[in-house]
Amino acid sequence: MNNSRFASLLTWALVLGMFWTVVSRVSPDQSQVQTGSVPKEGFTAPDFTLGLLDGGEVTLSELQGKVVLVNFWTSWCPPCRKEMPAIESVYRSYKDIGLVVIGLNLTAQDSKPDVSAFVQEMGVTFPIALDINNAVGNLYRVTALPTSFFIDRKGVIRSVIVGGPMSEAVIQSKVEELLREDQ
Amino acid sequence: MFPYLRLGPFLLQMPLLALLVGLWIGLTFIEREAARLNLNKEKISSLVFYGLIGGIAAARIAYAAQYASVYLSNPFSLLSLNTNTLLPEAGLLFGILIAVIYAYRQKLPFRKTLDALAPGLAFFMIMIGVSHLLSGNAYGAPTRVPWAVYLWSDYRQPTQIYEIFFALVIFTIILPHIIPATAPGLRFVQFIALSAIARIFIEAFHGDSVILFDGYRAVQVVGLAILVVCLALLRNWEGKDEYESKIG
Repeated sequence: MNNSRFASLLTWALVLGMFWTVVSRVSPDQSQVQTGSVPKEGFTAPDFTLGLLDGGEVTLSELQGKVVLVNFWTSWCPPCRKEMPAIESVYRSYKDIGLVVIGLNLTAQDSKPDVSAFVQEMGVTFPIALDINNAVGNLYRVTALPTSFFIDRKGVIRSVIVGGPMSEAVIQSKVEELLREDQ
Repeated sequence: MFPYLRLGPFLLQMPLLALLVGLWIGLTFIEREAARLNLNKEKISSLVFYGLIGGIAAARIAYAAQYASVYLSNPFSLLSLNTNTLLPEAGLLFGILIAVIYAYRQKLPFRKTLDALAPGLAFFMIMIGVSHLLSGNAYGAPTRVPWAVYLWSDYRQPTQIYEIFFALVIFTIILPHIIPATAPGLRFVQFIALSAIARIFIEAFHGDSVILFDGYRAVQVVGLAILVVCLALLRNWEGKDEYESKIG
Protein backbone atom coordinates (compact mmCIF):
# COMPACT_ATOMS: atom_id res chain seq x y z
CA MET A 1 0.00 0.00 0.00
CA ASN A 2 1.43 3.40 -0.95
CA ASN A 3 0.63 6.75 0.62
CA SER A 4 -1.99 7.84 -1.90
CA ARG A 5 -3.87 4.57 -1.31
CA PHE A 6 -3.53 5.16 2.42
CA ALA A 7 -4.95 8.67 1.92
CA SER A 8 -7.98 7.29 0.06
CA LEU A 9 -8.42 4.68 2.79
CA LEU A 10 -8.41 7.51 5.34
CA THR A 11 -11.00 9.43 3.32
CA TRP A 12 -13.25 6.38 3.33
CA ALA A 13 -12.59 5.88 7.04
CA LEU A 14 -13.61 9.49 7.65
CA VAL A 15 -16.89 9.05 5.78
CA LEU A 16 -17.66 5.73 7.47
CA GLY A 17 -16.54 7.19 10.81
CA MET A 18 -19.05 10.03 10.46
CA PHE A 19 -21.79 7.53 9.68
CA TRP A 20 -20.74 5.32 12.62
CA THR A 21 -20.63 8.34 14.96
CA VAL A 22 -24.19 9.27 14.01
CA VAL A 23 -25.62 5.73 14.29
CA SER A 24 -23.85 5.06 17.61
CA ARG A 25 -25.17 8.21 19.25
CA VAL A 26 -26.52 7.68 22.74
CA SER A 27 -30.28 7.96 22.71
CA PRO A 28 -32.06 9.45 25.74
CA ASP A 29 -33.41 6.02 26.79
CA GLN A 30 -29.89 4.58 26.62
CA SER A 31 -28.17 7.09 28.90
CA GLN A 32 -24.64 6.53 30.18
CA VAL A 33 -25.69 7.00 33.82
CA GLN A 34 -24.61 3.78 35.53
CA THR A 35 -27.28 1.64 37.12
CA GLY A 36 -26.73 -0.83 39.91
CA SER A 37 -24.71 -0.64 43.08
CA VAL A 38 -21.06 -1.39 42.48
CA PRO A 39 -17.98 -0.23 44.43
CA LYS A 40 -16.63 1.69 41.42
CA GLU A 41 -16.43 5.35 40.39
CA GLY A 42 -19.60 6.40 38.57
CA PHE A 43 -21.88 3.80 40.19
CA THR A 44 -24.24 4.09 43.16
CA ALA A 45 -22.48 3.12 46.38
CA PRO A 46 -23.75 -0.27 47.66
CA ASP A 47 -25.99 0.27 50.66
CA PHE A 48 -25.24 -1.11 54.12
CA THR A 49 -26.41 -0.87 57.70
CA LEU A 50 -23.88 -1.41 60.48
CA GLY A 51 -23.76 -1.07 64.25
CA LEU A 52 -21.62 1.77 65.66
CA LEU A 53 -18.89 1.50 68.28
CA ASP A 54 -20.76 3.94 70.53
CA GLY A 55 -24.10 2.22 70.00
CA GLY A 56 -26.78 2.86 67.39
CA GLU A 57 -26.62 2.15 63.67
CA VAL A 58 -25.67 3.86 60.45
CA THR A 59 -27.34 3.25 57.08
CA LEU A 60 -25.55 4.66 54.07
CA SER A 61 -28.68 5.31 51.96
CA GLU A 62 -30.08 7.53 54.73
CA LEU A 63 -27.14 9.90 54.23
CA GLN A 64 -28.18 10.97 50.71
CA GLY A 65 -27.93 14.75 50.37
CA LYS A 66 -24.61 14.72 52.24
CA VAL A 67 -21.06 14.12 51.05
CA VAL A 68 -19.84 10.87 52.59
CA LEU A 69 -16.33 9.55 53.10
CA VAL A 70 -16.27 5.82 53.89
CA ASN A 71 -12.83 4.86 55.16
CA PHE A 72 -12.10 1.13 55.58
CA TRP A 73 -9.47 0.56 58.27
CA THR A 74 -8.12 -1.65 61.04
CA SER A 75 -6.18 -0.65 64.15
CA TRP A 76 -3.15 -2.81 63.21
CA CYS A 77 -2.68 -1.31 59.76
CA PRO A 78 0.14 1.33 59.88
CA PRO A 79 -1.07 3.56 56.98
CA CYS A 80 -4.62 3.49 58.44
CA ARG A 81 -3.23 4.75 61.77
CA LYS A 82 -1.16 7.39 60.02
CA GLU A 83 -4.00 8.89 57.98
CA MET A 84 -6.58 8.91 60.79
CA PRO A 85 -5.55 12.35 62.23
CA ALA A 86 -5.87 13.88 58.74
CA ILE A 87 -9.37 12.41 58.30
CA GLU A 88 -10.36 13.66 61.75
CA SER A 89 -9.07 17.15 60.98
CA VAL A 90 -10.99 17.33 57.66
CA TYR A 91 -14.12 15.98 59.38
CA ARG A 92 -13.97 18.72 62.02
CA SER A 93 -13.50 21.41 59.36
CA TYR A 94 -16.33 20.33 57.06
CA LYS A 95 -18.91 18.46 59.16
CA ASP A 96 -21.05 21.59 59.56
CA ILE A 97 -21.34 22.11 55.81
CA GLY A 98 -22.44 18.60 54.89
CA LEU A 99 -19.57 16.13 55.30
CA VAL A 100 -20.16 12.77 56.96
CA VAL A 101 -17.26 10.42 57.65
CA ILE A 102 -17.82 6.74 58.42
CA GLY A 103 -14.73 5.01 59.78
CA LEU A 104 -15.58 1.48 58.73
CA ASN A 105 -13.55 -0.88 60.86
CA LEU A 106 -13.09 -4.40 59.48
CA THR A 107 -13.72 -5.86 62.90
CA ALA A 108 -13.53 -9.44 61.61
CA GLN A 109 -9.79 -8.76 61.20
CA ASP A 110 -9.48 -6.62 64.34
CA SER A 111 -10.70 -6.67 67.93
CA LYS A 112 -13.24 -4.38 69.54
CA PRO A 113 -11.00 -3.46 72.55
CA ASP A 114 -8.16 -2.51 70.17
CA VAL A 115 -10.58 -0.41 68.11
CA SER A 116 -11.86 1.41 71.21
CA ALA A 117 -8.32 2.05 72.49
CA PHE A 118 -7.21 3.37 69.12
CA VAL A 119 -10.23 5.67 68.72
CA GLN A 120 -9.60 7.12 72.20
CA GLU A 121 -5.89 7.51 71.59
CA MET A 122 -6.49 9.40 68.31
CA GLY A 123 -9.42 11.45 69.63
CA VAL A 124 -11.63 10.35 66.73
CA THR A 125 -15.05 12.04 66.84
CA PHE A 126 -16.66 10.69 63.64
CA PRO A 127 -18.79 7.52 63.78
CA ILE A 128 -16.94 4.19 63.76
CA ALA A 129 -18.98 1.39 62.15
CA LEU A 130 -18.12 -2.21 62.99
CA ASP A 131 -18.09 -4.75 60.15
CA ILE A 132 -18.14 -7.80 62.40
CA ASN A 133 -18.44 -10.48 59.69
CA ASN A 134 -16.63 -8.65 56.85
CA ALA A 135 -19.90 -8.44 54.88
CA VAL A 136 -19.43 -4.78 53.90
CA GLY A 137 -15.72 -5.32 53.23
CA ASN A 138 -16.68 -8.07 50.78
CA LEU A 139 -19.51 -5.96 49.31
CA TYR A 140 -17.02 -3.16 48.61
CA ARG A 141 -14.36 -5.67 47.43
CA VAL A 142 -11.79 -4.25 49.82
CA THR A 143 -8.52 -6.01 49.04
CA ALA A 144 -6.11 -3.55 50.64
CA LEU A 145 -6.11 -1.27 53.66
CA PRO A 146 -6.84 1.55 53.97
CA THR A 147 -9.39 2.08 51.20
CA SER A 148 -11.48 5.23 50.98
CA PHE A 149 -14.66 5.89 49.00
CA PHE A 150 -15.75 9.47 48.37
CA ILE A 151 -19.51 9.53 47.76
CA ASP A 152 -21.43 12.54 46.42
CA ARG A 153 -24.77 13.92 47.59
CA LYS A 154 -26.65 11.64 45.17
CA GLY A 155 -25.03 8.52 46.62
CA VAL A 156 -22.67 8.01 43.65
CA ILE A 157 -19.06 6.95 44.24
CA ARG A 158 -16.86 9.66 42.75
CA SER A 159 -13.40 8.64 43.86
CA VAL A 160 -11.76 5.54 45.31
CA ILE A 161 -8.35 5.73 46.94
CA VAL A 162 -6.72 2.39 47.67
CA GLY A 163 -3.70 2.39 49.97
CA GLY A 164 -2.40 5.22 52.02
CA PRO A 165 -1.78 7.21 54.01
CA MET A 166 -3.75 10.00 52.33
CA SER A 167 -2.50 13.47 53.13
CA GLU A 168 -4.87 16.06 54.55
CA ALA A 169 -4.64 18.00 51.27
CA VAL A 170 -5.75 14.95 49.25
CA ILE A 171 -8.76 14.36 51.51
CA GLN A 172 -9.64 18.05 51.58
CA SER A 173 -9.47 18.43 47.79
CA LYS A 174 -11.69 15.39 47.22
CA VAL A 175 -14.22 16.55 49.82
CA GLU A 176 -14.24 20.17 48.59
CA GLU A 177 -14.86 19.00 45.00
CA LEU A 178 -18.04 17.23 46.10
CA LEU A 179 -19.19 19.87 48.56
CA ARG A 180 -18.98 22.55 45.83
CA GLU A 181 -21.53 20.69 43.73
CA ASP A 182 -25.17 21.75 44.01
CA GLN A 183 -27.52 19.61 46.03
CA MET B 1 -9.53 -7.73 36.47
CA PHE B 2 -6.52 -7.76 38.76
CA PRO B 3 -6.06 -4.25 40.16
CA TYR B 4 -3.73 -4.82 43.12
CA LEU B 5 -1.01 -7.19 44.21
CA ARG B 6 0.20 -7.14 47.80
CA LEU B 7 3.88 -7.93 48.27
CA GLY B 8 4.54 -7.84 52.02
CA PRO B 9 4.09 -4.23 53.10
CA PHE B 10 3.89 -3.00 49.51
CA LEU B 11 0.72 -2.63 47.49
CA LEU B 12 1.46 -2.89 43.78
CA GLN B 13 -1.05 -1.14 41.55
CA MET B 14 -1.08 -3.51 38.58
CA PRO B 15 -2.62 -1.05 36.06
CA LEU B 16 0.14 1.45 36.88
CA LEU B 17 2.73 -1.32 36.58
CA ALA B 18 1.38 -2.16 33.08
CA LEU B 19 1.84 1.48 32.07
CA LEU B 20 5.41 1.52 33.43
CA VAL B 21 6.23 -1.66 31.49
CA GLY B 22 4.68 -0.03 28.40
CA LEU B 23 6.84 3.03 28.91
CA TRP B 24 10.02 1.03 29.39
CA ILE B 25 9.55 -1.27 26.37
CA GLY B 26 8.10 1.61 24.33
CA LEU B 27 11.24 3.64 24.99
CA THR B 28 13.34 0.74 23.69
CA PHE B 29 11.38 0.80 20.41
CA ILE B 30 11.75 4.60 20.25
CA GLU B 31 15.55 4.40 20.70
CA ARG B 32 15.81 1.68 18.07
CA GLU B 33 13.77 3.70 15.57
CA ALA B 34 15.78 6.87 16.40
CA ALA B 35 19.02 5.00 15.57
CA ARG B 36 17.49 3.74 12.30
CA LEU B 37 16.54 7.30 11.36
CA ASN B 38 20.08 8.54 12.19
CA LEU B 39 18.81 10.62 15.10
CA ASN B 40 20.64 11.10 18.38
CA LYS B 41 18.90 8.47 20.50
CA GLU B 42 20.08 9.99 23.80
CA LYS B 43 18.38 13.25 22.86
CA ILE B 44 15.19 11.43 21.85
CA SER B 45 15.18 9.56 25.19
CA SER B 46 15.67 12.86 27.02
CA LEU B 47 12.77 14.35 25.07
CA VAL B 48 10.50 11.53 26.27
CA PHE B 49 11.84 11.86 29.82
CA TYR B 50 11.35 15.65 30.04
CA GLY B 51 7.92 15.42 28.42
CA LEU B 52 6.89 12.77 30.93
CA ILE B 53 8.24 14.49 34.04
CA GLY B 54 6.90 17.85 32.89
CA GLY B 55 3.52 16.30 32.11
CA ILE B 56 3.22 14.63 35.53
CA ALA B 57 4.27 17.84 37.32
CA ALA B 58 1.79 19.90 35.28
CA ALA B 59 -1.00 17.38 35.95
CA ARG B 60 -0.41 17.70 39.71
CA ILE B 61 -0.07 21.51 39.68
CA ALA B 62 -3.23 21.88 37.56
CA TYR B 63 -5.15 19.65 40.00
CA ALA B 64 -3.78 21.58 43.00
CA ALA B 65 -4.66 24.92 41.37
CA GLN B 66 -8.33 23.96 41.65
CA TYR B 67 -7.89 23.72 45.42
CA ALA B 68 -5.30 26.45 45.82
CA SER B 69 -6.01 27.25 49.47
CA VAL B 70 -5.68 23.57 50.44
CA TYR B 71 -2.32 23.07 48.71
CA LEU B 72 -0.91 26.49 49.68
CA SER B 73 -1.34 25.59 53.33
CA ASN B 74 0.24 22.17 52.73
CA PRO B 75 2.63 22.51 49.75
CA PHE B 76 4.44 19.21 50.39
CA SER B 77 1.25 17.41 49.32
CA LEU B 78 2.20 18.39 45.78
CA LEU B 79 4.80 15.61 46.01
CA SER B 80 2.25 12.93 46.93
CA LEU B 81 2.45 9.61 45.03
CA ASN B 82 -1.35 9.49 44.85
CA THR B 83 -2.45 9.13 41.22
CA ASN B 84 -5.99 10.31 42.09
CA THR B 85 -4.81 13.88 42.43
CA LEU B 86 -3.70 14.51 38.84
CA LEU B 87 -5.45 16.35 36.00
CA PRO B 88 -4.51 14.15 32.99
CA GLU B 89 -5.67 16.57 30.26
CA ALA B 90 -3.39 19.33 31.58
CA GLY B 91 -0.56 16.80 31.93
CA LEU B 92 -0.90 15.67 28.31
CA LEU B 93 -1.00 19.23 26.99
CA PHE B 94 2.00 20.48 28.99
CA GLY B 95 3.96 17.25 28.46
CA ILE B 96 3.67 17.73 24.68
CA LEU B 97 4.53 21.42 25.01
CA ILE B 98 7.66 20.68 27.06
CA ALA B 99 8.75 17.97 24.58
CA VAL B 100 8.26 20.40 21.68
CA ILE B 101 10.30 23.11 23.45
CA TYR B 102 13.08 20.58 24.16
CA ALA B 103 13.09 19.39 20.53
CA TYR B 104 13.27 23.02 19.32
CA ARG B 105 16.12 23.93 21.68
CA GLN B 106 18.08 20.79 20.75
CA LYS B 107 17.40 21.48 17.05
CA LEU B 108 15.90 18.01 16.55
CA PRO B 109 14.28 17.57 13.11
CA PHE B 110 10.59 17.84 13.98
CA ARG B 111 9.03 15.36 11.55
CA LYS B 112 11.75 12.72 11.82
CA THR B 113 11.50 12.94 15.62
CA LEU B 114 7.76 12.25 15.39
CA ASP B 115 8.52 9.19 13.23
CA ALA B 116 10.96 7.91 15.85
CA LEU B 117 8.22 8.11 18.50
CA ALA B 118 5.61 6.17 16.47
CA PRO B 119 6.56 2.50 17.23
CA GLY B 120 7.06 3.22 20.95
CA LEU B 121 3.73 5.00 21.21
CA ALA B 122 2.06 2.14 19.31
CA PHE B 123 3.41 -0.31 21.90
CA PHE B 124 2.36 1.97 24.76
CA MET B 125 -1.22 1.93 23.41
CA ILE B 126 -1.28 -1.87 23.84
CA MET B 127 -0.26 -1.46 27.47
CA ILE B 128 -2.93 1.20 28.03
CA GLY B 129 -5.44 -1.47 26.96
CA VAL B 130 -3.82 -3.98 29.36
CA SER B 131 -3.98 -1.37 32.11
CA HIS B 132 -7.72 -0.90 31.47
CA LEU B 133 -8.22 -4.67 31.50
CA LEU B 134 -6.49 -4.93 34.90
CA SER B 135 -8.36 -2.00 36.46
CA GLY B 136 -11.77 -2.63 34.86
CA ASN B 137 -11.80 0.99 33.63
CA ALA B 138 -12.95 2.02 30.12
CA TYR B 139 -15.66 -0.62 30.48
CA GLY B 140 -18.23 -1.57 27.86
CA ALA B 141 -21.96 -1.01 27.64
CA PRO B 142 -24.29 -3.73 28.93
CA THR B 143 -24.97 -6.31 26.21
CA ARG B 144 -26.15 -9.88 25.65
CA VAL B 145 -23.67 -10.82 22.88
CA PRO B 146 -22.18 -14.33 23.41
CA TRP B 147 -18.67 -12.91 24.00
CA ALA B 148 -19.83 -10.47 26.71
CA VAL B 149 -17.81 -10.37 29.94
CA TYR B 150 -19.31 -10.11 33.42
CA LEU B 151 -17.99 -6.89 34.90
CA TRP B 152 -19.39 -4.34 37.36
CA SER B 153 -22.57 -6.38 38.01
CA ASP B 154 -23.58 -6.78 34.35
CA TYR B 155 -22.68 -8.55 31.11
CA ARG B 156 -20.74 -5.97 29.10
CA GLN B 157 -18.95 -5.49 25.80
CA PRO B 158 -15.29 -6.49 26.36
CA THR B 159 -14.06 -3.05 25.23
CA GLN B 160 -10.67 -3.51 26.91
CA ILE B 161 -10.08 -6.62 24.76
CA TYR B 162 -11.12 -4.71 21.62
CA GLU B 163 -8.70 -1.96 22.66
CA ILE B 164 -5.79 -4.40 23.03
CA PHE B 165 -6.65 -6.18 19.77
CA PHE B 166 -6.73 -2.98 17.67
CA ALA B 167 -3.59 -1.62 19.36
CA LEU B 168 -1.79 -4.90 18.51
CA VAL B 169 -2.92 -4.64 14.88
CA ILE B 170 -1.70 -1.02 14.66
CA PHE B 171 1.62 -1.96 16.29
CA THR B 172 2.19 -4.77 13.77
CA ILE B 173 1.46 -2.32 10.94
CA ILE B 174 3.67 0.50 12.28
CA LEU B 175 6.70 -1.46 13.56
CA PRO B 176 7.69 -3.31 10.36
CA HIS B 177 6.73 -0.33 8.11
CA ILE B 178 3.98 -2.19 6.26
CA ILE B 179 2.74 1.10 4.77
CA PRO B 180 5.74 2.92 3.22
CA ALA B 181 6.28 6.52 4.33
CA THR B 182 7.45 8.71 1.44
CA ALA B 183 8.35 11.71 3.59
CA PRO B 184 9.41 12.45 7.16
CA GLY B 185 6.52 12.59 9.60
CA LEU B 186 4.21 10.30 7.65
CA ARG B 187 4.89 7.24 9.81
CA PHE B 188 3.66 9.22 12.82
CA VAL B 189 0.60 10.44 10.88
CA GLN B 190 -0.18 6.82 9.95
CA PHE B 191 -0.03 5.82 13.62
CA ILE B 192 -2.26 8.69 14.76
CA ALA B 193 -4.78 8.11 11.94
CA LEU B 194 -5.05 4.36 12.58
CA SER B 195 -5.42 4.96 16.31
CA ALA B 196 -8.18 7.53 15.66
CA ILE B 197 -10.05 5.04 13.43
CA ALA B 198 -9.81 2.39 16.17
CA ARG B 199 -11.06 4.81 18.83
CA ILE B 200 -14.02 5.95 16.69
CA PHE B 201 -15.03 2.31 16.18
CA ILE B 202 -14.52 1.03 19.75
CA GLU B 203 -16.09 4.03 21.49
CA ALA B 204 -19.53 2.98 20.22
CA PHE B 205 -19.35 -0.05 22.55
CA HIS B 206 -18.30 1.89 25.65
CA GLY B 207 -20.53 2.21 28.69
CA ASP B 208 -18.71 5.19 30.15
CA SER B 209 -18.56 7.62 27.21
CA VAL B 210 -18.51 11.35 27.79
CA ILE B 211 -21.54 12.67 25.90
CA LEU B 212 -21.54 15.96 24.04
CA PHE B 213 -24.59 17.64 22.49
CA ASP B 214 -27.43 15.54 21.08
CA GLY B 215 -26.01 12.20 22.26
CA TYR B 216 -22.71 12.39 20.34
CA ARG B 217 -19.76 10.70 22.04
CA ALA B 218 -16.86 13.10 22.70
CA VAL B 219 -14.13 10.59 21.78
CA GLN B 220 -15.70 9.92 18.37
CA VAL B 221 -16.05 13.62 17.58
CA VAL B 222 -12.41 14.26 18.58
CA GLY B 223 -11.36 11.17 16.58
CA LEU B 224 -13.06 12.52 13.43
CA ALA B 225 -11.33 15.90 13.89
CA ILE B 226 -7.97 14.10 14.24
CA LEU B 227 -8.68 12.15 11.03
CA VAL B 228 -9.31 15.40 9.15
CA VAL B 229 -5.99 16.83 10.44
CA CYS B 230 -4.18 13.60 9.47
CA LEU B 231 -5.58 13.76 5.94
CA ALA B 232 -4.41 17.37 5.61
CA LEU B 233 -0.94 16.49 6.93
CA LEU B 234 -0.73 13.45 4.64
CA ARG B 235 -1.38 15.64 1.59
CA ASN B 236 0.95 18.43 2.77
CA TRP B 237 3.86 16.29 3.88
CA GLU B 238 3.80 13.71 1.12
CA GLY B 239 7.15 13.68 -0.67
CA LYS B 240 7.69 12.86 -4.29
CA ASP B 241 10.93 10.96 -3.67
CA GLU B 242 11.27 7.64 -1.88
CA TYR B 243 12.15 8.71 1.67
CA GLU B 244 12.18 5.12 2.97
CA SER B 245 14.80 4.01 0.42
CA LYS B 246 17.00 7.00 1.33
CA ILE B 247 17.23 6.12 5.00
CA GLY B 248 17.63 2.43 4.22
